[in-house]
Amino acid sequence: MIKTIVRKLDQRSGTAPIVRKTLRYLFPDHWSFLLGEVALYAFVILVVTGTYLAFFYQDSTTVVTYHGPYLPLRGQPMTEAYRSVLNISTTVKAGLLIRQTHHWAADIFLAAIVLHLFRIFFTGAYRKPRELTYWIGVTMLFMALLEGYLGYSLADDLLSGMGLAIGNGVALSIPFFGANLASLIWGGPFPGQHEFFARMYIVHVFLLPALIGTLLAVHLALVALKHHTQFRRTRKQTERKLVGVPTFPGQTPRSLALFFGTAGLLFLLGGLVQINPIWLWGPYHTYLSTNGAQPDWYLGWLIGGLRLMPGFDVTIGHYTLVPNPFWGGVLFPMIVMFFLYLWPVMERKATGDYAYHNLLERPRDAPWRTAIGLGFISWVFLIFVAGSSDRVDVLFNLSYQAQIHVYWVLVWVVPIVVGAIAYRVCKELQEGERVERKREHAEHAAKAEA
Amino acid sequence: MRNWLVSFLLLLIGRRRPKPLGDADRVVPPGAEEPRAELAAIVLLALSSLCAIAFVVFYALDRLPNQTQLMGGAIGMCLIFIAAALTVTAKKLVVNEEIEDDYPVDEHPDEQEAIVQVVEESGSRLTRRRLFKLSLGAAGGALGLAAITPIASLGPVFDMKPFYDTEWRRGRRLVDERGKPWRADDIEANDFYTAFPEGGEMEALGAPLVVVRLKPDQIESHKAFAADGIVAFSKICTHAGCAISLYRAPLFQPDEPKPALVCPCHYSTFDPANGGAVTFGPAGRKLPMLPLRIDRQGYLRAAGNFDGPVGPSWWGVRMKKPNPPA
Repeated sequence: MIKTIVRKLDQRSGTAPIVRKTLRYLFPDHWSFLLGEVALYAFVILVVTGTYLAFFYQDSTTVVTYHGPYLPLRGQPMTEAYRSVLNISTTVKAGLLIRQTHHWAADIFLAAIVLHLFRIFFTGAYRKPRELTYWIGVTMLFMALLEGYLGYSLADDLLSGMGLAIGNGVALSIPFFGANLASLIWGGPFPGQHEFFARMYIVHVFLLPALIGTLLAVHLALVALKHHTQFRRTRKQTERKLVGVPTFPGQTPRSLALFFGTAGLLFLLGGLVQINPIWLWGPYHTYLSTNGAQPDWYLGWLIGGLRLMPGFDVTIGHYTLVPNPFWGGVLFPMIVMFFLYLWPVMERKATGDYAYHNLLERPRDAPWRTAIGLGFISWVFLIFVAGSSDRVDVLFNLSYQAQIHVYWVLVWVVPIVVGAIAYRVCKELQEGERVERKREHAEHAAKAEA
Repeated sequence: MRNWLVSFLLLLIGRRRPKPLGDADRVVPPGAEEPRAELAAIVLLALSSLCAIAFVVFYALDRLPNQTQLMGGAIGMCLIFIAAALTVTAKKLVVNEEIEDDYPVDEHPDEQEAIVQVVEESGSRLTRRRLFKLSLGAAGGALGLAAITPIASLGPVFDMKPFYDTEWRRGRRLVDERGKPWRADDIEANDFYTAFPEGGEMEALGAPLVVVRLKPDQIESHKAFAADGIVAFSKICTHAGCAISLYRAPLFQPDEPKPALVCPCHYSTFDPANGGAVTFGPAGRKLPMLPLRIDRQGYLRAAGNFDGPVGPSWWGVRMKKPNPPA
């Protein structure tokens, strides 16, 4: 039977040579190579669950009165958008399961991308000839952030409305044209025209997923065309020789197991662990907000950036040059973006290393990269942690204001300390290996003599 | 019939030995048989099927308590069992041979040259090559400009007037969320109130107020804006546009003796006794204050418009006074 299928397919597509090659394409064996795959599978789950949600969601801000089964909100005015998400969560069978799975998948999608990025960064996998793959990956990270933000903004519950208000404030803060841009996007001052929700919706369900999907395809094609990088575990592995498990039979069950495992975990989370119970938050109104609100984890760094800035607008006479949210909401992510995009170029300039690299480095092999990378991550991470100072205030009774003042110092000192320690640790590890090698040499020599 | 069933079952569960093949001819190296692992994978797949069926049953039952949890558990475990079966397959049932392959060549100089040659030779009939390229570029750029122009229809790009609009003018009564007018007597110290303009658009940024009562001698500045110690500010934070929803009085008195209005999004803190000045947090502009008066019936009314535009800062926010509604 297999013979018949293969023959008929080849006769009609001429793909037998490509398929044969693909079956024997090699995957180097290392657990950290699976992080990117987890991101890919989370994306698949997002598309599938998201399509289901779109069968029920209404992108309308027309105000209606709620008559559904959730008693605390009965009789309340709310937008059709919020009512449709309430219905997905209450009356649509399996609706809540799919919605929560979608939300969890988004959180895990971004987590997997970030961990994948760490792996790529600290092993130098982005070096020539794989810069394009890396830049496309970084682009997808930022698209995924925007995609997640739009996703939870569509629910139009109190938290999502607050998130949009902040997004609007950040857009307004862009010097020279921020207000014009915001007016264009929202159709006027916040909360904007009805069409704004239709715009978010089409961007969330079509534009960004299509872009991410396309970039994903190019990302994977580039990986395959240049083949995977590999660690040097044995002497057989060189810059020219790749050692790995073939797609079939070795890699296929592993990858499928990872897909089903990821999907299973996401559905278990979606079914058993509550996330974003929008019925508790209630509908959004511009004049309402709630205390102790926290966004999804992947936006925490921006909240921290906004909260940490000392309060001032830069003005020239009556002209407001830089409104405050610009620093934490625009400049800070831009710095992170530029760092990520420019790192391969900066490193090449600094080291003068223009060679091709198929072998990965371990973090200790490139102490400067490891030190700068860890320093940078600790900088962003501390700002992220600063975003939860209000929770720390409530939980541990530490004054919010005092915490902010401490963070003002920590965010600049800790990255330097972390970088310095990382550098020393790398050097020590290198030195340790050198000593080890010398001893082995000596032992060999001693044995040979005896 | 029975014979058919028996033979079918035997064919299904009986082990079949693959045709022996000369090891030299094989692409995939042979490995030892692992009947127990094989059985484990089959059992796991069977469990997965059971879970999938359980999911359908849980879905079909009406008024099932914890339906979301049961469905999620069933479909999740179904997928996990498949993952487990595949893991057994990967570890025990297929050959995990590591093989070597060459990396693809770093570059193809001959092909590169051929591409350049094709492109260059194709343009050999052109005489004004530079001008031709320039025109192509210009046409492309102009077309691009034309293509993005309709985006301007999305919203008013240059009309900044709506950013100065508010819903307040002299004489408008302050009402609550249901439209009931606020009397000065309703406003008690150490509590905060949300007020809207009577008949105004509640959702507009220029509408909602936060109203608090201070002791008249507490008020340090903007004394003319207060009515009998009652002060009113735009409820929209000047930092990023969230609604102010914390009033730090009389709580927090040990650390912060003065009352303060706080936005819960980024903890911008404003001083109601000092015209809404920023005392902490990232806001770069004071809270717009609305002058109040108390009419003869004891109702609170606006005595004018805010002393500045409402909402987050933008380039023109300090350039004009706010507009009353048309």
